Amino acid sequence: MTAAVSIDDLVVDYDGFLALDRVSIEIASGESFGLVGESGSGKSTLLRAIAGLAPVSAGTITVNGQTLAARYRDKAFFRQVQMVFQDPYGSLHPRQTVDRLLLEPLAIHGIDNAEPRILRALDEVGLGASFRFRYSHQLSGGQRQRIAIARALIIEPSILLLDEPTSALDASVQAEVLNLLEQVRRDRQLTFLMVSHDLGVVTHMCDRLAVMKSGRVVERLSSGDLASGKVEQTYTQELMVASKGFVRRVIAPAPAG
Amino acid sequence: MTPMLTVEDLRVRFPTRTGVIEAVRGVSFTLGRERLGIVGESGSGKSQTGRAIMGLTPPHAQITAKSLDFDGIDLLKAPSKLRRSLRGNRIAMILQDPKYSLNPVMSIGRQIVETLRTHEKVSAHQARDQAIAMLEAVQIRDAARVFDLYPHEVSGGMGQRAMIAMMLIAGPELLIADEPTSALDVTVQLEVLGILDRLVADRGMGLIFISHDLRLVSSFCDRVIVMYAGRIVEEIAATDLAHAKHPYTQGLLDCMPAIGSSRHPLPVLDRKPEWAL
Repeated sequence: MTAAVSIDDLVVDYDGFLALDRVSIEIASGESFGLVGESGSGKSTLLRAIAGLAPVSAGTITVNGQTLAARYRDKAFFRQVQMVFQDPYGSLHPRQTVDRLLLEPLAIHGIDNAEPRILRALDEVGLGASFRFRYSHQLSGGQRQRIAIARALIIEPSILLLDEPTSALDASVQAEVLNLLEQVRRDRQLTFLMVSHDLGVVTHMCDRLAVMKSGRVVERLSSGDLASGKVEQTYTQELMVASKGFVRRVIAPAPAG
Repeated sequence: MTPMLTVEDLRVRFPTRTGVIEAVRGVSFTLGRERLGIVGESGSGKSQTGRAIMGLTPPHAQITAKSLDFDGIDLLKAPSKLRRSLRGNRIAMILQDPKYSLNPVMSIGRQIVETLRTHEKVSAHQARDQAIAMLEAVQIRDAARVFDLYPHEVSGGMGQRAMIAMMLIAGPELLIADEPTSALDVTVQLEVLGILDRLVADRGMGLIFISHDLRLVSSFCDRVIVMYAGRIVEEIAATDLAHAKHPYTQGLLDCMPAIGSSRHPLPVLDRKPEWAL
């Protein structure tokens, strides 16, 4: 088992606030790894640190055997690692057509055969050539997220960083996008690092997961362990209870004050 | 039990350059002092239904209904002065995201006091005491300190509790909660729902809970209305949800990934054109 991504004692420090506090994670090649936790737990910061979008003050990140610099990422890195963001309304350029959105990564990396690649990418995410000259405001939320996935996949990366890829979508559309992600992972043997606050989504998509709180990993477990309730930390148990919906008995009326 | 709110054949239309969009197409239901959930996807018309009852539909939209009756008042014919006196006082609404729905340049306390003093004749001092008591009722610790904070200084969960406090201070009989917890973390979500649940039960309010999360709604409400393309496709008691008849409701329940169930690929909704008829 070779590690696709290996993170060792990573610290991200925002003026004295430790967004990540000595986090270590190892993700095998072809694995799907999940990160869960509440807002501010540092799960998105970890993704951003890998992509070079967060100030790393200590620790190392190794991707496919290469140790990365603290901030700088070269072109070769982005050919291996691509990211899909949470909000498809904010992550697509509003004045560019789908065609231009998909052409841009190809142009940056100097990849030829743009036309067939764009058509293939659209086909792969289940949209077809008729979407090629539309603007993002002419697409629904689910279609936009498909375009964002196509844009990430078009330069054939081996690692995909997914930052809450479905939390802005309706439940029915979420299922479609999750199925698409699973299929491309199978077809291309991709490595996924997926952030979500929804334990259901993470256990569905990932084999192993890490639970984060206040910038630290508090528990590492497999999806099977989670499903069978083999959970050690109370915080993870709280997350599990929360994911099952509202239970009137559990929330006893606490005294005010 | 006489219904507090009767909605019959409610329609909301938006004239646009490319034709009329019917957001709500003939919705009918009644509400007593109970918890009613309205569930649907984006664009199903669930929020517009709530807004029409509250009187917050944009002026260019056309609203028609055979009956839109709140406690004997015909809401469609009511003059705007009467509607203003109802809004916030007898009918209140909690919105989705406290980041956008609270006034950013006014302290939380002043916003709550403003609501109270708009509807009731109380002295400034008394209003402040009541507002702090209300903040305590939504389980905010150190309410006197939070009273003077601005919305950007508090967390999402705290902001949403302040929002609930603001909406409940005038003692409304009907509360419309439009995705009240969607912007919050799962763990905070349950806390806020617990607070909301207790206050609604204690004060005997009617609640309309609008959400896209069928599971959450069914665990919180007594009765659930499922909307699709501006219409009600199914009305069902929350406890009977497992026996939902409409394929859309079944599909919505089925497509959620759950812990411990391994289904690859997930079942997806097969939308039938006749659902939208």
